[in-house]
Amino acid sequence: MDHRVDRRQFLRMAGVGGVVFASGLARSVGAAGADDFYFVQLSDVHWGFEGPPNPDAKVTLPKTVATVNALPEAPDFIMFTGDLTHTTDDPGERRERMAQFKAIVAGLKVKDIRFMPGEHDASLDRGKAFKEHFGSTHYTFDHKGVHFIVLDNVSDPTGSIGDEQLAWLAADLAQQAPDANIVVFTHRPLFDLAPEWDWATPDGAKAIDLLMPHANVTVFYGHIHQEHHFMTGHIAHHAAKGLMFPLPVAKSQPKRTPLPWDPAQPYRGLGFRSVEAEARAKFEITEYPVVKVT
Amino acid sequence: MSTRRGFLCAAAGCLTLGLTAGVYAVAQPAEKVIRISAKRFVYTPNEIRLKKGVPVIIELTSEDIVMGFKVPAANVRADVMPGKKVRVRLVPVNAGRLDFLCDIFCGSGHEEMNGAFIVED
Repeated sequence: MDHRVDRRQFLRMAGVGGVVFASGLARSVGAAGADDFYFVQLSDVHWGFEGPPNPDAKVTLPKTVATVNALPEAPDFIMFTGDLTHTTDDPGERRERMAQFKAIVAGLKVKDIRFMPGEHDASLDRGKAFKEHFGSTHYTFDHKGVHFIVLDNVSDPTGSIGDEQLAWLAADLAQQAPDANIVVFTHRPLFDLAPEWDWATPDGAKAIDLLMPHANVTVFYGHIHQEHHFMTGHIAHHAAKGLMFPLPVAKSQPKRTPLPWDPAQPYRGLGFRSVEAEARAKFEITEYPVVKVT
Repeated sequence: MSTRRGFLCAAAGCLTLGLTAGVYAVAQPAEKVIRISAKRFVYTPNEIRLKKGVPVIIELTSEDIVMGFKVPAANVRADVMPGKKVRVRLVPVNAGRLDFLCDIFCGSGHEEMNGAFIVED
């Protein structure tokens, strides 16, 4: 039985998602261990946020956990791409929000969960509280023929990756074949999406330059609280929706204030995605709303 | 001679005020100084009118914590330290809106810490 097709058919019938983008990345034919699998990307939870943009702030994450748990087929792993918590000046409160966040996501049936920080988690203390709760802010892992690289472009409050981490990235990439299947997770965009809104990484171009010699690279990120797809050369960059409040299209209004909550359409603009990695095919992204359709 | 003194004064100002290397060109005495104060999460003033082609000096101070000041379209930026003044030179080449923002994360409200130069013909 082809479970992948079953899942897609389910989604189409239920109307809860749809394949909206296939990345330009083709996986290598015959790559070792290149089995079909999929993972879920969750982003910008902002646990601890309170305000009119989301009057349901305390239940949005639990609802999302329930929706992910109800997927017809469990993902291999779940990746949170930063801003797990909303920032606070109080170091104790920051830790409390991280502890609450961890307790809620412990309800996910999938136990292979990976985390990375956003600026709200890490920029005020250079990642100290994040590391206490979730471990390193940058790391790599391999899964079924894909090499995953988690880059930290938030612990430095300027949003830079920094020379030390760039050297670490270069050393890691030197171990990868030119046609290796590489997925990069970041919080902020590596390219200049909208520098006027700080939707950029000051030294992101250096990371892209390091990645360019590799033929198969895809970047998944968060930060901008909306879906966005962009190519730098052959490298595809995919921004995910957030899970607290949506943000406007870049520079469509004077300030990057959250879009207002619509009582007629609660959770509009919020959601998560699955990413399907297929041998001899492309990564495919399916977007999901917060609330499960029954 | 007066030009040379002006140069030396401006150069000394560069050192004492910690001007951003590569951004600031030696100030001419006639260039207008515009002062902007930064504090979480606002610049004051945050909308400033300029004349196209007329260079200005932006003098920045922070009232609380370290802030950033960045004008992406003009490739101008500076760190703004509490209790210190920093100057950058801005040449508004084109008429229109030149956005600026804080590019050092400073807390809840950081995302709304921005402003604009309105450049008029």
